[in-house]
Amino acid sequence: MSAIQNKVDEPVSDELTLVQAAKSGDVSAFEELVRRYDRNVFRIAQHITQNREDAEDVVQDAFLKAYSNLAQFQGQSKFYTWLVRIAVNEALMKLRRRRPERTVSLDEEVKTEEDSVPREVADWSPNPEQQYSQAELREILTKTIQGLPPGFRTVFVLRDVEGLSTEETADALDLSIPAVKSRLLRARLQLRERLSRYFQRRDGGNGAQKHESGDGIQ
Amino acid sequence: MKCSEFLQELTNYLDGVIDDRTKAELEDHLSWCHNCFVVCDTTKKTIEIYRDSQLYELPDDLRTRLRTAIVAKCHARKKSGPQEA
Repeated sequence: MSAIQNKVDEPVSDELTLVQAAKSGDVSAFEELVRRYDRNVFRIAQHITQNREDAEDVVQDAFLKAYSNLAQFQGQSKFYTWLVRIAVNEALMKLRRRRPERTVSLDEEVKTEEDSVPREVADWSPNPEQQYSQAELREILTKTIQGLPPGFRTVFVLRDVEGLSTEETADALDLSIPAVKSRLLRARLQLRERLSRYFQRRDGGNGAQKHESGDGIQ
Repeated sequence: MKCSEFLQELTNYLDGVIDDRTKAELEDHLSWCHNCFVVCDTTKKTIEIYRDSQLYELPDDLRTRLRTAIVAKCHARKKSGPQEA
């Protein structure tokens, strides 16, 4: 099986030129940065907050905070990683405000160690997404990812949807690299397991098998 | 290699960040362990489906509205000097 490739790789030198221009007061240069990353920030914000209005606020607040604090951006990381860090913090603040009864933290250790081990191993149909309409598929994917704890969801979105590297994700979320890897593995396996309910092969052949001690695991 | 060891390396394997020796061990495991093959294959599909899903696309009209508002506030801040957001 071939490795999965990251999809975002903007030219850094061009970006630094825009950042420098914006720092010296060129709003149109900053507008270009907004144009470049607003879709990403919106997606990340909506994944974290699960609320459209909050996501709109996060886009505005994150870019304004970035603009106001451009002097603090030293260029050690990519501008995008720095922006994502700001956007994630803004989004988590929104989430906390909406759910004051629950602690929302990227550091939370959710008791899902057992979820890392797949319980049901059901093969999927070929091209399973084609069994559903676009609207149905979107609903399945949205509902499934919303079921993950925020800490797992955020790591999965940054790494696998937005294409940040492990190091960039660790930097943006202020997590260690092993913590990012651990959360990513668990997020991927949990999503896989949950999607299997919709995508598993239904022709009766080679279907669900147990993957537990004494059966599947050696 | 046990299935649990395979799972621990799954993310590195899918991301292509493992050394050749570990990769060979993982692929040997995959060649005879159907369950891990299925988990690996469907996890890869999970990632691809989400990556291609276009969930939460920013509509053009909203995008324009947000950008206009951001730029207007940037101009206002520029006039009033640097400050915390």
